[in-house]
Amino acid sequence: MKIVVCAKYVPDATGDRKFNADNTVDRVGVDGVLSELDEYAVEEALQIRDATDGEVVVVTVGPEVARAAVLKSLQMGADSGVHVLDEAIHGSDSAATSLILARAVERQRPDLVLCGMASTDGGMSVVPAMLAERLGLPQVTFASEVVVEDTTVRIRRDGDAATEVIEATTPLILSVTDQCNEPRYPSFKGIMAAKKKPVETLTLGDLGIAADQVGLDAAWTRVDGFTERLPKSAGTVVTDDNGSGADQLVSFLVSQKFV
Amino acid sequence: MSFELSREHEDFRKSVREFAAAEIAPRAARWDKEHTFPVETVRQMGELGLFGLTAPEEYGGAGDYGDFTSLCVAIEEIGRVDQSMGITLEAAVGLGINPILTFGTAEQREKWLPDLVAGTALAGFGLTEPGAGSDAAATKTRAQLVGDEWVINGSKQFITNSGSEITSLVTVTARTGEREGGKAEVSTIIVPAGTPGFVVENAYDKLGWRASDTHPLSLTDVHVPADHLLGERGRGYGQFLATLDDGRVAIAALAVGCIQACLEMSVQYAGERTTFNVPIGAKQGVAFQIADLQVMAEAARGLTYKAAALKDAGRPRAEFKQAAAVAKLYSTEAAVTATRIATQVFGGYGFMEEYPVARFYRDAKVLEIGEGTSEVQRILIARSLGLPVE
Repeated sequence: MKIVVCAKYVPDATGDRKFNADNTVDRVGVDGVLSELDEYAVEEALQIRDATDGEVVVVTVGPEVARAAVLKSLQMGADSGVHVLDEAIHGSDSAATSLILARAVERQRPDLVLCGMASTDGGMSVVPAMLAERLGLPQVTFASEVVVEDTTVRIRRDGDAATEVIEATTPLILSVTDQCNEPRYPSFKGIMAAKKKPVETLTLGDLGIAADQVGLDAAWTRVDGFTERLPKSAGTVVTDDNGSGADQLVSFLVSQKFV
Repeated sequence: MSFELSREHEDFRKSVREFAAAEIAPRAARWDKEHTFPVETVRQMGELGLFGLTAPEEYGGAGDYGDFTSLCVAIEEIGRVDQSMGITLEAAVGLGINPILTFGTAEQREKWLPDLVAGTALAGFGLTEPGAGSDAAATKTRAQLVGDEWVINGSKQFITNSGSEITSLVTVTARTGEREGGKAEVSTIIVPAGTPGFVVENAYDKLGWRASDTHPLSLTDVHVPADHLLGERGRGYGQFLATLDDGRVAIAALAVGCIQACLEMSVQYAGERTTFNVPIGAKQGVAFQIADLQVMAEAARGLTYKAAALKDAGRPRAEFKQAAAVAKLYSTEAAVTATRIATQVFGGYGFMEEYPVARFYRDAKVLEIGEGTSEVQRILIARSLGLPVE
């Protein structure tokens, strides 16, 4: 089974976040990582590959530094990578991103396309659905368990009120949640082996996409401005004085509309 | 001349650091308090390939991809959050796997190594005895070849990884005869766990390394097949010495992890804790001590990875041997000093088990003792300089 994983390079949530002059996220000047939620997609792909004697290709879209997302996936065990790199991509919204991904993914003729449930920076969860629309493939999102048998895929979706089990056939697009597995840590052997794995770099031209179809100017949404979150306040300390603590606590919770 | 590890070694450091932060750090204090040896964590370390960094691929190891430097990186990073699990890894590879890998027959390697490399089994190295530690030639345990079996009698002490529920064997040194002139002939023999007469006594109540599995062992008429002899008969002492050189560098790496932990904890605490309206890090008395920790961390790391690089480059034994002794001596003594400084920075809280600094303080002392005391390292270094030291 051939599996393509869409992996995003995002600013490290534990580090500083910055914005460029055009209000886009600075992905170059800060520490970045493979989006933690995409690690679940990579892990799921590796497990399905090992069970089906298949192949895992990881696709990313982004600036030069975004190659690190492909490298991490290769270190975890993916077989090869594709990096779509083009200056015109800067500032692309999710619609444009899904166009680029769709063109890069269809070249691979995959049986299964795996995505994380959301990126840890944009957090919109829309790319898998857009990708499915563009590729004309069925999609099942937010899978907490994936079982593959030949061309049949059984997916469990955990909702607030009910759990659904959905059966689908390949080719298929899936997004997986952080409940479906425990992503592996790259071993030294995996890290060394990744050095020799092929990574194809593609431009928009290679994918037949015109520069004006993507980028900031083609985006449907635009960030007009931002303000930094206020620094954390010291908090409120409730002292239990003569048994009045519980009352104070309740008043506080009510005043903050927590209860 | 390069003073940096390779990009791959640094990527691996990140991987082990993330593993240690998620799987070990949150539980280390409890394991220490309850003297629990976390078998499941050992298995996870095995999945990450930590036991196979210097083992061939045919036994599940990293093969040509792996090296001794990567093992030191792993030990340093595990040791940075938990010295007990750091020594578990160090002993599993250095004392458990290495002797079998280096001196074992093809059959012995095939039988024992795959599980040890996978982290689903552990092996101990039974050298130390009540009357024989640094003086290995004073070994009293005896093994006699009777028919096609060795019959072993004696006792061992302080043996790491020797009594866990996944321990598959202990390699023991034993007198197998006398040489001309009355000197003991010492050989090494594999004793599988569960062999009748081989008794694992209750675990020690230790000052530090409380989550590591350490036991006294007693051997009473233990019968093992003659082919369980490891390496050449009568070469037990030489084999043991060869094993210890690598182990010294690995212990130095564990000490580097300890110093790094002290440094990071101290920098953070000195920035947060205020007295007289300023952070204690504003006081020169505190700041200068923490500056010294940085010097210790860099110096110890430099010596340790230099020794590891010499090993990986296959440099002459004498050169590596000296570098290993230098790295072990400096790094472990610096680690003890570093824990004392960190505890002082934390003041009263440093004396409370509430903070990990107290655990590191208890764990550090044994670094100056295990796998060759500081005194032994000084002897080795002095001898390497041509001095006629006893």
